[in-house]
Amino acid sequence: MNYLSATDMRGGYGKADILHGCTLNVEKGQIAVIVGPNGAGKSTAMKAVFGMLPLREGRVTLDGQDITALSPQERVKKGMGFVPQVNNVFPSMSVEENLEMGAFIRNDDIAATMEQVFDLFPVLKDKRRQAAGELSGGQRQQVAVGRALMTRPQLLMLDEPTAGVSPIVMDELFDRIIEIARSGISILMVEQNARQALGIADIGYVLVQGQNRYTDTGQALLADPEVRRTFLGG
Amino acid sequence: MDILNAVVAVLNFVVIPAASYGAQLALGALGVTLIYGILRFSNFAHGDTMAFGTAITILATWGLQALGISLGPLPTALLALPVGIAVTAIIVLATDRAVYRFYRVQKAVPIIFVMASVGVMFLMNGFTRLLIGVDEHRFADGARFIINVRDFRDMTGLAEGLAFKTTQGLSILMAVIVVWILFWFLNRTRSGKAMRAFSDNEDLALLSGIDPEKVVRMTWIIAAGLATIAGTLYGLDKAFKPFNYFQILLPIFAAAIVGGLGNPVGAIAGGFLVAFSEIAITYPWRKIAGYLFPDWQPDGLLQLLGTEYKFAVSFVILIVVLLFRPTGLFRGKSV
Amino acid sequence: MSTNRQAAAASHWRAPILFAILAVLFILEGTVRNGMFSGSWNTSLAILNMGLISAITALGVNMQWGYAGLFNVGVVGFFALGGLAPVLISTAPVEGAWQAGGPRMLIALATAVGTLALASMLWRHMPRGKLRGLALTALLIAGFVLYRGLFDPAVTAIESNNPARHGNIGGLGLPILLSWLAGGIFAAAAAWAVGKVALGLRSDYLAIATLGIGEIIIAVLKNEDWLARGVKNITAIPRPVPFEIQLQRNPEFMEFANSWGMAASTASGIWVKLCYMLLFLVVLLLLILLAELALKSPWGRMMRAIRDNETAAEAMGKDVTARHLQVFILGSAVIGIAGAMMITLDGLMAPVGYNPLRYTFLIWVMVIVGGSGNNWGAALGGVLIWFLWIKAEVWGPALIAFLTAPLPASSFKSGLLEGAAHMRFIAMGLVLLLVLRFAPRGLVPER
Repeated sequence: MNYLSATDMRGGYGKADILHGCTLNVEKGQIAVIVGPNGAGKSTAMKAVFGMLPLREGRVTLDGQDITALSPQERVKKGMGFVPQVNNVFPSMSVEENLEMGAFIRNDDIAATMEQVFDLFPVLKDKRRQAAGELSGGQRQQVAVGRALMTRPQLLMLDEPTAGVSPIVMDELFDRIIEIARSGISILMVEQNARQALGIADIGYVLVQGQNRYTDTGQALLADPEVRRTFLGG
Repeated sequence: MDILNAVVAVLNFVVIPAASYGAQLALGALGVTLIYGILRFSNFAHGDTMAFGTAITILATWGLQALGISLGPLPTALLALPVGIAVTAIIVLATDRAVYRFYRVQKAVPIIFVMASVGVMFLMNGFTRLLIGVDEHRFADGARFIINVRDFRDMTGLAEGLAFKTTQGLSILMAVIVVWILFWFLNRTRSGKAMRAFSDNEDLALLSGIDPEKVVRMTWIIAAGLATIAGTLYGLDKAFKPFNYFQILLPIFAAAIVGGLGNPVGAIAGGFLVAFSEIAITYPWRKIAGYLFPDWQPDGLLQLLGTEYKFAVSFVILIVVLLFRPTGLFRGKSV
Repeated sequence: MSTNRQAAAASHWRAPILFAILAVLFILEGTVRNGMFSGSWNTSLAILNMGLISAITALGVNMQWGYAGLFNVGVVGFFALGGLAPVLISTAPVEGAWQAGGPRMLIALATAVGTLALASMLWRHMPRGKLRGLALTALLIAGFVLYRGLFDPAVTAIESNNPARHGNIGGLGLPILLSWLAGGIFAAAAAWAVGKVALGLRSDYLAIATLGIGEIIIAVLKNEDWLARGVKNITAIPRPVPFEIQLQRNPEFMEFANSWGMAASTASGIWVKLCYMLLFLVVLLLLILLAELALKSPWGRMMRAIRDNETAAEAMGKDVTARHLQVFILGSAVIGIAGAMMITLDGLMAPVGYNPLRYTFLIWVMVIVGGSGNNWGAALGGVLIWFLWIKAEVWGPALIAFLTAPLPASSFKSGLLEGAAHMRFIAMGLVLLLVLRFAPRGLVPER
């Protein structure tokens, strides 16, 4: 049984569907990456998994439990963490407060989790009293990821975490994501930088027009000449 | 040149009145800016909410006075404040439930909220009139002065007197206490941080499991408290007349916008900026010029603008900010 | 939108029926004498005339709100500024006033405007930096000192000219109807200044800025005695219709009145009010006609496109702010015309009467209730709400008295009776909120 299993999702915002039968599975500790051309419904698929898009058909299970009808907030309580692509921090609040807000639904002591986040992103510890809005793009992304980790999720979802950051920062961020996955947290991530992302992916989903086109391990997809030609630019 | 008397005169006629008026404006502007930060509209009913809260406080004060209860040198109204705040909070929560929540669920554009707040303004105005009428009421009791002119002259031997009214001192002191509590709440408590988070980034706050309705309720309660305190202090200091509370809306909005809508620190700074500008510009400086330059005999009062136009000062400040820095001095959230 | 079309089909008969009901109300007021109606045509027509003026004001507000979504909270200011026109344009010149300080006053005002224009030019043409700020400040201070140096003596001179009777600058003695147009121009000029600053920013900023300009205009009218005698009021404003007393001295009219079996005073009052009514109706219908033509023109279609989707319109290269400024100025001009008409009707300029609750927020109730975006709706709302507003003063206490009749006399009962007068504020607030929520398209929805 997969840890996360979203099967045959169909739905959209208005009358027309964006997702036409999209299936995503992630196992414990796996990194799953969704790639595809613009408008393929990558972010939409992610939002559907997180409950931000009403599904017309299909179901989502987490650890064997059906969560299709739950709201995003309830899914957070079930162990999902979500990092939106933009506006993913509280700009006027300090780094520390951002993390605290991430743990808002928890009623126990959060100090240990916060230390773990600081261990993962040491630079945040130095800047813990600084307003998140004043940080650089890469650091802000770290705050965003750290915020989502504060609920100790079992599945972390990232919507284009490297959008708008430099290649060096991207590499570092990917390293951190691998580190998070090693600790047993499943990762589901949408990426524009398909080549690099597939490089770290245990499983890759190539989405086209709201449907699965190719599904394989990251390495296999990278090696597939058809995928290379059509989606990775040769 | 007589610097000492000049300083005393400036203190007496400009600094003390402006500080106390500024404290009242700051409290009012804090309410407007909090509502703006959380509910994202300019609440036109805020002035009349202040009037309503003050009216309740006055009624409670009369009740206490009838029972023979007083606070000695302090105005009895202080004791009545909790009643005023509680009733206002209930009314304000009721209006949120009956009026604003509907538009929140609909995700209506801000201007519809503003329009609805005008309707609420009518209601509040009517309730206030029903409760207490349209006439002027003075409800300050206790000691009138902390320092009065004659004592000050006897004490210092200066020709210029200085008066420090109890209500002025109270305004400043209360503002300091209230602001301290408010900032402690916003920066130190979980609920306060949730409010700031909601104001910063509504979607992310929802994702983090912050209950929006709870945040909104808290905001209304705080705004009702701030409005009642600001209104009562203003009424104690001047006199209570419902229409004045409609007029004070403009300086309050100016203060909130100058500081940056949604920014509490900005609202306080804005309140004092507007108050000091208003009083400095409408004060006749002739007397002080007389102390500083005894040989100079100016023709006029050296008054930049008549006191009738004090609202024009707020307006000009507002226009200047809108022209040059629409987000306000302390980066509010709007363009 | 399909729902719009359905609503339009359903409301085909709606407007005529509503106007008919309105007419019945006024006829009842004129003919039936009981607890609810006065049975006096003089009263009925007086309400109607002020209702027509309210309708024109509502029309102006509707242009701003219904066409462009602009929230004007300073209606009272534009209305009052329009009211200044009959005083300055049409009252008789005051002997000696112009000689006392007229030219100086003009130069002073020109200095003020010139300083602001120069400041704006300086700001745009000088390079950024400290020097620009300093130059601007210096210019503004110098301009202010110069302005006050010219203005203050001019005011003193004008106000000391026969202060008991005049003390104001006086009018030009031009026809009163011309002053209505001038009232529109006055209000338009103020609207241009406010709109230039506050449009293009958040929608609430215009609301707050107009709130400010409204209060300032009223303060100017109350305090600048040289302009229109301030709170000492101006009477003897010429009127476009005959005086009642003239009619009563006219034997032909007396004969006519007798033939209807009416007393001279009643008949002359009705006659004058009917004349005003015709004048106002002509203006109202003309304005509605123009507004409808404008709305159906490409300009009007663009306005509505902008209102419905500002972002899309902007993306198509429409200058949204400039269009908003246009419609804001036009709407304010209509409000100004209404303001001039009211002063003409009253024959009196009394700035103390300009209360924002009555002249800003009540007008808003009219627009929202009538149907925002629909000119006929605004006109209907204007007359209807005015009628209810006036009658609520009678009906409210009557209702309370009726309801409390079984109660023994007590302070509670007398308190209720006393408070009934304030009930209409609550009633209007409730009407606004209820319509906004349950019938946001108003009585006569937009087509």
